[in-house]
Amino acid sequence: MTVSILIFLPVIAAVIVAFLKNSAARYAALFFSIAELAIAGLFLSKFVPDATTQFAIDVPWIAKFGIYFSAGIDGISMIMVLLTTILVPLIILSTFSHEYKNSGAFYALILFMQAGMLVVFTALDGFLFYVGWEAALIPIYFICALWGGENRIRITLKFFIYTFAGSLFMLVALIYLYLQSPDKTFSIHTFYALKLTAPQQSWVFLAFFLAFAIKMPVFPFHTWQPDTYTEAPTGGTMMLSGIMLKMGIYGVIRWLIPNAPLGLVHWQTLITILAVIGIVYASIIAFQQKDGKRLVAYSSIAHVGLIAAGLFVVNVQGLQGAMVQMLSHGINVVGMFFIWDIISRRLGTRDISQLGGIAKVAPKFAIAFLIIVLGTVGLPLTNGFVGEFLLIDSMFQYSAGHYQNLTIVIFAGSTIILGAVYMLRMYKNVMQGELNELTAKFTDISGSEQLVLGIICVLIIAMGVYPQPILHISEAAVTNLISSLNGKLIF
Amino acid sequence: MTTLIIICILPIVLLYLGLYKANKALLPVTVIGLIAALGFAIAEYKTPDTAVPIYHGMMLFNNFSVVFSSIAIVTTILILLLSGGYFEKISNHVAEYYAIMLFSLAGIIVMVSYYNLTMMFIGIEIMSVSLYILAGIKKSDFASNEAALKYFLMGAFSTGFLLFGITLIYGSTGSFSLEVIRDWVVAHPHIDPMFYTGIGLIIVGLCFKVGAAPFHFWTPDVYEGSPTLITAFMSTVVKTAGFAAFLRLFSACFAPLSDFWAPILLVITVATLFIGNITALYQQSFKRMLAFSSISHAGYLLFAIVALGSASANSVFIYATAYSVASIIAFGGLILVQQQSGNDSFESFNGLAKKNPFLALVLTVSMLSLAGIPLTAGFIGKFFMFTGALSRYQFWLVIIAVINAIISIFYYFRVIVAMYFRSAERTELVVPAYYKVVFAISALATIIIGIYPDFISRFI
Repeated sequence: MTVSILIFLPVIAAVIVAFLKNSAARYAALFFSIAELAIAGLFLSKFVPDATTQFAIDVPWIAKFGIYFSAGIDGISMIMVLLTTILVPLIILSTFSHEYKNSGAFYALILFMQAGMLVVFTALDGFLFYVGWEAALIPIYFICALWGGENRIRITLKFFIYTFAGSLFMLVALIYLYLQSPDKTFSIHTFYALKLTAPQQSWVFLAFFLAFAIKMPVFPFHTWQPDTYTEAPTGGTMMLSGIMLKMGIYGVIRWLIPNAPLGLVHWQTLITILAVIGIVYASIIAFQQKDGKRLVAYSSIAHVGLIAAGLFVVNVQGLQGAMVQMLSHGINVVGMFFIWDIISRRLGTRDISQLGGIAKVAPKFAIAFLIIVLGTVGLPLTNGFVGEFLLIDSMFQYSAGHYQNLTIVIFAGSTIILGAVYMLRMYKNVMQGELNELTAKFTDISGSEQLVLGIICVLIIAMGVYPQPILHISEAAVTNLISSLNGKLIF
Repeated sequence: MTTLIIICILPIVLLYLGLYKANKALLPVTVIGLIAALGFAIAEYKTPDTAVPIYHGMMLFNNFSVVFSSIAIVTTILILLLSGGYFEKISNHVAEYYAIMLFSLAGIIVMVSYYNLTMMFIGIEIMSVSLYILAGIKKSDFASNEAALKYFLMGAFSTGFLLFGITLIYGSTGSFSLEVIRDWVVAHPHIDPMFYTGIGLIIVGLCFKVGAAPFHFWTPDVYEGSPTLITAFMSTVVKTAGFAAFLRLFSACFAPLSDFWAPILLVITVATLFIGNITALYQQSFKRMLAFSSISHAGYLLFAIVALGSASANSVFIYATAYSVASIIAFGGLILVQQQSGNDSFESFNGLAKKNPFLALVLTVSMLSLAGIPLTAGFIGKFFMFTGALSRYQFWLVIIAVINAIISIFYYFRVIVAMYFRSAERTELVVPAYYKVVFAISALATIIIGIYPDFISRFI
């Protein structure tokens, strides 16, 4: 049993679904995504949480260039595979109340994108990683541009060019590493073993960083993100924010830090400062947003900023925090966008100032919304808390002994307060207060909506109360990564 | 060499068919003849490559020639399949079209298998003279006449440069033979300036033929004015052959002197990339956009010569194949849209996806491939080119190429945006069966090469 099943099932499913129509396409897509989740569950049950790569596949692909179809799952990849396979069925289920034109094409693109992202999360070959990276981009471009809002054409092209530009520089870095490798392969293990000089690593770092920073996005490469999230159809926004931006974070952990640790040392301060600026800046803008979907988009930049800041400290807490926070953020942000999808579908507006008092007419909705808000702001016993705590803890270790760094850490920590401010304020303005003419018509959630929000709430609380199993999956792989890095950083 | 003989006899047969008004037989006879020629070409493929020069050292039909002849013949067949009903509409003398195109192809076969500078020159001239006629074959059309005249004047000029260059090389070495020239270069540590001048003039002549900046000024007008299928032929088969001839000469003779010519070509490459891409951005006509994009693709193809190495032939082959099949779809789609709407602007593609989903899909594949998006052949071509250039430490060249690849997204995606995201009142286009077959073959080839290039990348 190898990871290829996991990669190719969505491709086959996409081809089948493309030929189906309306509800048949919808149910088929749901069926295949649940089957994919079941396979991922099977992998998880057989997974041994040590630092090894399991379920590996390694067959020649373009032999002349030393390119192999080489993929496998270790603890870090396992978390990402879980994230993808859990969220895709939820996202598909959440679109059940929408009638999309050409729904067969819509769901086929989602499934194809899932395959691309799974390639990214499991690839052990640089070329394969790049192909998966782009293969995930094409479907989301079409999803956004075909089913998106009014300004979709201009905004999605901007998004596409932004990300494509970043990834081309990554391609150059990958080819560079390939040419440096003694046996001319794209294998990640060969890349890890390369001994590049500090200036070389510095350039490799920059090229990779550009691709990943655009994808995450890190300030100041974020300008595509709020527009795209707002214009995309909700299913597409969820795919982007829930899973796709994690490709950037995963790329940092798997490809950037181990391949260019000296580059990291060189650029660490600058990047940490950028990440922290992103946190504060996005929080302030989120605070002023009237459009709920845009608010969530900016809050996402702030949360990812914290992940980036903790990540580039590079210690076990930071990486473990990032792993857990990726999973939590994925679940929470999907929930949050679904909440706004429900509101805008019922009431025809996402303008916070026009809403109010919905809790009175929709108690179930209110509970779900509240749990997701609390998860997002990182209240203890919700999933958001575990990740944020570990990330901020790692930041403090970074500042130990460096007085000037403490300022950065304090700003990074402000994300919790700022996040709570704008999130709770949003909740208050939407759900509490007096009912008005518009919100009085609001009907409570039912059917598939109830199911999706129910699952999300259960996940938020379960992960918050008992995060140990998840931390355990990636622990050995992360520890191994850090110890191998420490070996490389001795001059 | 049977291939060349067949391709020389075939047009004469076609002219007789035309004389006896057997117009229905033209296409089948041409295609069958070309397939036979293709078969004979492939039969000469040997592993390992043990071909020896023939005809007193004038020609060398090695694996390089087999591969490039094959791609030229296959592309010609695909283009001819698109011509069903096309030439009849614009002319009464259909047989001449087929015959002249095949004469041009004969020149191309010589261009990819020469082993002597005179043969290179003769090949280029056979091809060019045929093309001058083809460009102006719409006798009563103003643009077509303009195209032919421009092409002829500029072409004659560049031929002069080429010939002058060859003469200077001959003056230095005393021979036209590639083998003798190579030995001379290796034996003489101090090369006299006359030889260098010869290389420079040959570069000018060849850059004109492949449409590289600053010798590209004929391209947009000639491409726009010529009948669309002839444009397709020029920008695919002719361009590929031009690069094959370029590469053959430089890798066989001038490789040791790369310190002299590589900087010149580097400047030409960078200029070609930027001029092609930036001008393409401003075009309102799809056909003109393709003309400028073909200039920028010439820039990427020049990478293989700037970073000359053992993998260069392979890179040119893959890139040219990818570019040719994608271009065939683009030009074929253009012919259909142009017939319906009467113009070739981007707007005439608006809303195509609703009425003709298949046509829109294959055009999308073609545009993605031209833009170099992964899982299409165009990406593999760019990947090979970038790898080749980086292996020669041409970092800045690759960075410039990356910037250009990003620019090109704008104009390639304009077509996709028009087809899928803009709506327009339009009726369904009738796509003839021949077109469907050619589109399907080309789109499949694009995707298969994109996913599994291994089978095609081991020929040279």
